[in-house]
Amino acid sequence: MELTTVWFILIAVLWIGYFVLEGFDFGVGMLLHVLGRDDRERRVVVNTIGPHFDGNEVWLITAGGATFAAFPEWYATLFSGFYLPLLLILVALIIRLVAIDYRSKRRELAWRQRWDLAITVSSALPALLWGVAFGNLLRGVPIDADFEYVGGFWNLLNPFALLTGLVTLTLFLTHGAVFVALKTDGVIRERANAFAARIGVLAAVLTVVLALWLNLRHGSGVTYLTSAVAAGGLLGALAANRRGREGWAFVGTAACIAFLFATAFLALFPDVMPSSLDPAWNLTTSNASSTPYTLTIMTWAAAIATPVVVAYQAWTYWVFRRRLTVSSIRDDVLLPDPARR
Amino acid sequence: MSAETLARWQFAITTVYHFFFVPMTIGLAVLVAAIQTAWVRTGQEKYLLLTKFFGKLFLINFALGVVTGIVQEFQFGMNWSEYSRFVGDIFGAPLALEALLAFFLESTFLGIWIFGWDRLSQKVHLAMIWLAASGTVLSAYFILAANSFMQNPVGFTFNEARGRAELTDFVAVLTNPVVLVTYPHQLFACFMVGGAFLAGVAGWHLWRGARTPVPEPGDGPGSGDEQPSTSPDPATARAAWRSAVKIGAVTLLVASVGVMVSGDLQGKVMTQVQPMKMAAAEALYETEQPASFSVITIGTPDGQRELWSIKVPHLLSYLATGTLDGQVQGIRQLQEAYEATYGPGSYAPNIPLTYWTFRWMIALGMAGALLGAYLLWSTRGGRELRHKLWLPLLVALPLLPLFSNSVGWIFTETGRQPWLVFGLLPTAAGVSPGTTVAEVLTSMGIFTLLYGGLAVVEVRLMLKYIRAGLPDLTPATVDEGQDAPLEFAY
Repeated sequence: MELTTVWFILIAVLWIGYFVLEGFDFGVGMLLHVLGRDDRERRVVVNTIGPHFDGNEVWLITAGGATFAAFPEWYATLFSGFYLPLLLILVALIIRLVAIDYRSKRRELAWRQRWDLAITVSSALPALLWGVAFGNLLRGVPIDADFEYVGGFWNLLNPFALLTGLVTLTLFLTHGAVFVALKTDGVIRERANAFAARIGVLAAVLTVVLALWLNLRHGSGVTYLTSAVAAGGLLGALAANRRGREGWAFVGTAACIAFLFATAFLALFPDVMPSSLDPAWNLTTSNASSTPYTLTIMTWAAAIATPVVVAYQAWTYWVFRRRLTVSSIRDDVLLPDPARR
Repeated sequence: MSAETLARWQFAITTVYHFFFVPMTIGLAVLVAAIQTAWVRTGQEKYLLLTKFFGKLFLINFALGVVTGIVQEFQFGMNWSEYSRFVGDIFGAPLALEALLAFFLESTFLGIWIFGWDRLSQKVHLAMIWLAASGTVLSAYFILAANSFMQNPVGFTFNEARGRAELTDFVAVLTNPVVLVTYPHQLFACFMVGGAFLAGVAGWHLWRGARTPVPEPGDGPGSGDEQPSTSPDPATARAAWRSAVKIGAVTLLVASVGVMVSGDLQGKVMTQVQPMKMAAAEALYETEQPASFSVITIGTPDGQRELWSIKVPHLLSYLATGTLDGQVQGIRQLQEAYEATYGPGSYAPNIPLTYWTFRWMIALGMAGALLGAYLLWSTRGGRELRHKLWLPLLVALPLLPLFSNSVGWIFTETGRQPWLVFGLLPTAAGVSPGTTVAEVLTSMGIFTLLYGGLAVVEVRLMLKYIRAGLPDLTPATVDEGQDAPLEFAY
């Protein structure tokens, strides 16, 4: 296999890893007030991702760095072209991480309410915008002969991209709810389970519509197959969720996200960023790539390091495998009594 | 203002800001790991108290370091897309490796460390902070290797057809003489900051303890938002703060020697690979042999002519070449030589800026080290800090090396101008051609406001937790048949 193809696959894997992992983070953040009705419950909800969310975000940084290293032209066109959406995503990611880290650092009602609101909003924004960005990537954007994006901001808001955004938003909500159900017990688990059942139906409808649209426009035999697996994963997740089998439900939502993005990358290949102006101006795995020498070095590094990273991240989930309940939260860290709601 | 000027300002603002958190992160990660090691090995409670206390401050700082770091990675593509196309083949690799090998290590194991106090055995838990700390130390190498390529491009060839630099020798990039001297210089500078922070905070607690009478038993904890404090008894607390002052000040002093030695080596490498930066650091217009070091020079406002100065004979020759009579090239001669090589244009950076940042870097660093030494001397053999002047001194202690780091980077980055990659790519050629002034202005405005707001929140939070003092170690009461609650929770 050509090295450029290897790196296309590796970058796809990094993005998929990011969306599968940070996807439930985003969902948990968005559902903070839905699943946690008071201070104590919200703490339970946010602490399901407490030990993990920081490590999950590194998948994004690695995907960005790997794109820079392996396909500099792709990195340059994508990041300078999608300027304002990326700016919004960056701002949201900054606020989100700080909000989670700082929300409990003061026992004050206003402080905690503001940060909790910030967590919700700053989780929803990237969940939507990443979908919009990938929708545009698939659909093709105006790129000129110099590989420069010439479309402006409003061009990025089109029905296909917005649908993709809604799909990632609802999928991450479902994924997050299932994760909370998996990681908690008692009333929060029941609430998460019920919410996943409802939002999951909407996510399934939107995903199927997107999958059809995507395949009709960009599809091939294999993308029909992967989108079928994605849809099947979500339906399986809903069935498992109904029976209270959260582990399987989580496998299902994770598979849905993974295969949906795999579909997107398969539909792209061998382009990495098609031009809507002229197919001759498409950025492809060959005209956007680094030299074989750089790719060889990177391949070795990735081949050795990636399995190690996956292993130790998996271990963290094992260490913190226990379900959390309201009794996991110490009384002395809660808000003073009258302000607890 | 042009998009280029704005993009440069944005890079300066976001980078200088990001770099307030980096030296603290690297310095404190290793120091907290070392103190926790002392606890695991000796079992003395004071070390556990210090680990938890400084661990908390470390995490407040770490959060901002991480989020401002993501901006850095995205910014290359957003504002500097031509630069990214030009160097991606070389510059991207260390960036990707930094994420893959260092950031994962840092963030993942820090997560386990934070939440794992009661989930892991003492030794495994200790390993977590060491793994996270080694991630921070490793990350510095990769990003400095990438930066060093911009100062002194090595291991590449220029591809005419594609108009970009291409990697030919990755080992050469990783063993660039610039990174070999910059890495120790930067690491020692980080330990200066970490050590000074430890000593400053602990010194302040000693000073406050010496000046406030011991509270009568029965006095409840103050109201307000402070955590209820049943903290350790005054003798244990005092022993803990004394240890922290000693560990911090000694780290600061040892590291400052390291900074000086590595800085000396760095000067010699700089003279070879970026003679213009050395000349600019000295505002040396004419080639001199032997060259004297100007301790202070007052020039005309445009920096073109000298009015008054204090000079140390031969010192610049020594700093630049290692011999007392070495020749140091002047700005005018270098300008002529560069014009002959690269064509017409100005090849000198902003001279007053490089001249003064170079001096401020040295002065602030040295002041920090001297203050550390004085603090160590003043607390020897159980002596108390009582004088009211200690308050401003202890507040200044961590800030001196921290700001020394900032101006040092302002020096080294502005001293590279007008080049983005020395000798290869002028700064003006690196900006994103399609990005509008409005876009850069928007993002610069948003980042400046956001960063400003976060700075206020962060500093106030730091001060709150510094004031709160050593933590309470009594475990929470557990009802029968229930799991123990989380020892730490967001």
